[in-house]
Amino acid sequence: MNMKEYSRQGDEAGSAETAVTLSVNGEMHQLRISPNVVLLDALRDRLGLTGTKKGCDHGQCGACTVHLDGQAINSCLKLAVMCEGHEVTTVEGLANDAGLHPVQQAFLEHDAYQCGFCTPGQMMSATALLEDERIGTDDAAVREAMSGNICRCGAYKNILAAIQTARGQGQAAPTAGKTS
Amino acid sequence: MRNFAFSSAENVDQAVSSERGNAGEASYIAGGTTLIDLVKLDVMRPVQVIDLNRLPLREVERLDDGRLRIGALVSNTDLAHHPLVTQHYPLLSQALLAGASTQLRNMASTGGNVMQRTRCPYFRDVAAACNKRAPGSGCDALEGVNRMHALLGTSEHCIATHPSDMCVAMTALGATLTLEGPNGTREIAFGDFHRLPMDRPDLEHELEPDELITHVTLDTPVVGGGSHYLKLRDRASYEFALASAAAMVAVEDGVIREARLALGGVATKPWRAVEAEQALAGKPARTESFEKAAEIALSDAVPREHNAFKVPLARQAIVRALEKASAASKHH
Repeated sequence: MNMKEYSRQGDEAGSAETAVTLSVNGEMHQLRISPNVVLLDALRDRLGLTGTKKGCDHGQCGACTVHLDGQAINSCLKLAVMCEGHEVTTVEGLANDAGLHPVQQAFLEHDAYQCGFCTPGQMMSATALLEDERIGTDDAAVREAMSGNICRCGAYKNILAAIQTARGQGQAAPTAGKTS
Repeated sequence: MRNFAFSSAENVDQAVSSERGNAGEASYIAGGTTLIDLVKLDVMRPVQVIDLNRLPLREVERLDDGRLRIGALVSNTDLAHHPLVTQHYPLLSQALLAGASTQLRNMASTGGNVMQRTRCPYFRDVAAACNKRAPGSGCDALEGVNRMHALLGTSEHCIATHPSDMCVAMTALGATLTLEGPNGTREIAFGDFHRLPMDRPDLEHELEPDELITHVTLDTPVVGGGSHYLKLRDRASYEFALASAAAMVAVEDGVIREARLALGGVATKPWRAVEAEQALAGKPARTESFEKAAEIALSDAVPREHNAFKVPLARQAIVRALEKASAASKHH
């Protein structure tokens, strides 16, 4: 059997770490992790990328939303070992050295948050939906596409306004050669 | 979360030959939205997890006989927006988009949606009695907070609701599952795949422990049929159904030539209302016919303390879905 073997000691919790290479915001990271480490915990606890938030940890709140190959996903339900060979983008990857992403700027201008805990996840869903031609552009379609991001402060009205404001505003290119 | 051995299967043969050992010890993972959630809750305890994402099961293709073959790894998002689905099976597209959230639909696979587990809070709580999770332990839902629970297909051992929207649409449309095992390929009608709980609610489907769903093939579209998926729930989006109805109606000269009706949120499996379908055939496409069908569809309902409201709710969902489907029929 030539199956790629990551671990053979599953009943010994935490015992079998494996080498995984993650591409996050354009940078490659080599990690040794157990198979049961989810992407959210790898980002926060191993790479120090604490912009991505842990809310419910069960795919119900959207605070952990990141992009995997450009698509919004719940990083709390994704095993990190399954992300090798894919591009992960977190909220830290939105801005470049030319400035904030238009969605970040619009959230700022529209006061689209109160406590800010859900905001990184909201912005990752927002940036993905603005790039997705399959999702409608009217307010109802945006609300529906954003329904996986819960805001307990209730900033939904301003979040919607921010997303619609950012629509069509391309991000300024980075001034240096570095990708973001 | 407890740990497990993890491996990636490179092809289907490897996937089915590697799932050795006892049932429950090995789990396949595709999107992971059910599995990882339930491992975190300690409800599912796989010793081995086998990743399927390298398998070539991401195609949606029209077969020569007009049916639509869907690879088990096609995501719920990609399936909902696929041109062959939006054009020929809008009912399926509506049902998929009514389910979960953008993020979960991006992750969730077609095969995984078929295999998703109930949202019954007693199933999800390892401190509760649950015959589905721990056979023989009892059912705390019977006398518990059972507002979300099933009316149809229940037993004295389990009243857990099947949570899928996609499966309700597939039940109405008619479909076949292709299963691959160590001894080769077999097919099973979609309606025969999920089991009623009866006295073994832990046995949820006909898949053997060493088998894998590779494809779902939809029956040819009903000529001239209009369809509608109506989902009623506690909030407007991102919530499981209290009651849902998938309706497909073909009307000719004001008379129903063929009708299909399946229900979600009210039954222990994706529920095809066969007697209601039969009652609709040949009847005028009018509200009275739809109300009669709704009455028949719920005639075997067994409500509990907190979910009796679902009986009139499901009836209304059926009538409205049939009205909308009928209006969308090409030859009405």
